[in-house]
Amino acid sequence: MSETATEQVLTTKDGRPLKASLARALRREKLRALVLIAPLLIFVLLTFVAPIADMLFRSVENSIVEDTLPQTVNALQDWDPSSGEVPGEPVFAALAADLQVAVDLKTHTRLGSRLNYEKTGISSLFRKTGRRVKKMTEPPYKEQFLKADKKWGQVDTWQTLKQFSPRYTDGYFLSSLDAERTSEGLQMKPEDEQIYLLLFGRTMMLSIAITVSCLLLGYPIAFLLAQLPLRTSNLLMILVLLPFWTSLLVRTSAWKVLLQQQGVINDFLVWIGLISDANRLVMINNQTGTIIAMTHILLPFMILPLYSVMKTISPTYVRAAKSLGATDWTAFWRVYFPQSVPGIGAGAVLVFILAIGYYITPELVGGTSGIFISNRIAYHISSSLNWGLAAALGTLLLAAVMILFIVYDKIVGIDNVKLG
Amino acid sequence: MKLKSTILAGTAVALLGSSALAADMTIVSWGGAYSASQNNAYHKPYMEMNPDVNIINDESSAEAVAKLRAMNEAGNITWDLVDVVASDAIRLCDEGLALEINPDTDLAAAPDGTPASEDFGDLLVSECFIPQIVYSTTFGFRSDIAEWNGKEPDDICDVFDLETFPGKRSLEKRPINNVEWALLCDGVAKEDVYDVLETEEGLDRALAKLDTIKDQVVWWSAGAETPQLLADKEVVIGSTYNGRLFALIEEQKQPVKMLWDAQVFDLDGWIVPAGLPDDRKAAVMEYVKFATDTQRLADQAKYISYGPARASSAPLVGKHADLGIDMAPHMPTDPNNAKNTFLYNYEWWADYRDDLDAKFQAWLAK
Repeated sequence: MSETATEQVLTTKDGRPLKASLARALRREKLRALVLIAPLLIFVLLTFVAPIADMLFRSVENSIVEDTLPQTVNALQDWDPSSGEVPGEPVFAALAADLQVAVDLKTHTRLGSRLNYEKTGISSLFRKTGRRVKKMTEPPYKEQFLKADKKWGQVDTWQTLKQFSPRYTDGYFLSSLDAERTSEGLQMKPEDEQIYLLLFGRTMMLSIAITVSCLLLGYPIAFLLAQLPLRTSNLLMILVLLPFWTSLLVRTSAWKVLLQQQGVINDFLVWIGLISDANRLVMINNQTGTIIAMTHILLPFMILPLYSVMKTISPTYVRAAKSLGATDWTAFWRVYFPQSVPGIGAGAVLVFILAIGYYITPELVGGTSGIFISNRIAYHISSSLNWGLAAALGTLLLAAVMILFIVYDKIVGIDNVKLG
Repeated sequence: MKLKSTILAGTAVALLGSSALAADMTIVSWGGAYSASQNNAYHKPYMEMNPDVNIINDESSAEAVAKLRAMNEAGNITWDLVDVVASDAIRLCDEGLALEINPDTDLAAAPDGTPASEDFGDLLVSECFIPQIVYSTTFGFRSDIAEWNGKEPDDICDVFDLETFPGKRSLEKRPINNVEWALLCDGVAKEDVYDVLETEEGLDRALAKLDTIKDQVVWWSAGAETPQLLADKEVVIGSTYNGRLFALIEEQKQPVKMLWDAQVFDLDGWIVPAGLPDDRKAAVMEYVKFATDTQRLADQAKYISYGPARASSAPLVGKHADLGIDMAPHMPTDPNNAKNTFLYNYEWWADYRDDLDAKFQAWLAK
């Protein structure tokens, strides 16, 4: 447009070019809009974006070694880990000097716990050496350290220290993928320590199973709710929402009472003679328990978006299809169902994303075969205090969800998702 | 206008009043019957003696380690005193999140003048830890199982004996205690257990022993699960904390008995968070001195069946406050119960916990 208006510039009444004036007005409006959303924006940045960024950062952050033992890290630069020999006296002298400071600040035990995640025994090595290091005032230090603990004379102690001396590490991510960096390079951990890939896979499979069963159970209910007159459907809606308002723990415990081997369902089946007393079904503390309990808990998240989408589908379409000779099934499958797909998309994405991060229900009813990756994340946050590993696992989970989201967008199209 | 000024004045008075009258002290513990016992034995008498102190109970001990670290990073410590198990106290001390204590100056001496460091003795497992109770992880079993033909388990290895004692068991979903029991029943002598566990083959041996009962085990993660499973007859024998079993047997009158053999002693006690302002630190140290003296520790045993951590408290243990039964025979430390015991090896587990837990979880998931 601008190239056609080169000859005569349009101006407003006060003589300014129209374009500049318009831009100014728009800018002012944008600024006002920004001020209006500013509280929310700041809130989201502070409470959502910042913590996630912090978590992502923790998964690679490893400054503790260099901060606690700066001289040792420096002295170790000349040491070749593959030489098969323990570093020489200068490194031990640097370690003594660093530890003198660290013991005063009580940071040596913290470093010990950090490195103990990588190599068992370092925690007590630092605690023990910390008690002795005050007496180490005269060289030669190497002998005194070896006397304090023979682990200082083992090459792999120093290899671990050297390997984790950089400020950033990929160690947490490798652990999350059941891999490790050894002297022979990158390789998988021994089979008896591999767990995270299995748990990631299981979390995905169970979440998909839960999403599918929510859809199978939720679709007919939402369909019914959308068809019934408002008065009846409101009543039924309350029945859908009622468990939604009940405490999660209460509902999970109720499933325990129902599903356990001496529980209500098994008692009933034995009573009617369907199964014998000796062969009671195992329906809890395994994957079945997790799927049943979580399907129940997440069902409203499927029904609500489905219902609100179905509410908007005009009944005239189905009527038109039937008047043109379609059977009930054809009218539903060819006319009604395609219009309800946006609701399925919204419900499925919602349920799947909630399921993938679920923690408390699998912990209570999942036994050993029904637990999720989030249970291990919780363990590392609250129990082992290995926050770096927890952050790496969390980051991978986040990445997996993002990838699935992109795949979903490519296949179904995200603009096809509707909440009503 | 009048209403508004009344409200403002009222708020001002309330604020002034509360700050002048009572200083809040937030004490973190486990909740349930345990917190109730502390409330009765420590908090109530202390608040009566010191009307200017207001104790607030927080039930976050289960996630105390993580929360204390987060508070420390945020630079805002909102807790004054935290009840944790000894292994967590060691971890907090290592991380610099708990205050170091000098038992002889910070804690009260026994009535006969024995200094606190001797009275607590070996139970002072960390510089930061103030022991409170001795509890044990042990087994309870149902006494009404027909298939057992009148036999009752009296040996830890009966847990692994599916022939004589068929039925499901419940065990904790972590390696601690389970691998020790497995090795004991695989013929390892008690004093060699940790030496064997340190080796790769040792752990394999323990897991192989656990494999023999694996498909009959329900794994628990909360202490309340085993009592529920026993009461519902879901399991016939299961491990949990002895106080939970006491409540099940004596308070709820379930047909369950104790198997004290190879019970594993563990400690629970206080830590003071590092980095408290001086006035709050002084206030909480005064409370701790009171709450861990000989009489107070003995008083707690009136409400819950855990043994007091002081040697001088043991003779003072009396009857249960409501049930009126003698508490001494229900203490894990009672000579009749403590014929064969195992003491949790804190130093060892601090080193091996992360490694063994990874392997144990991988074994569980298989």
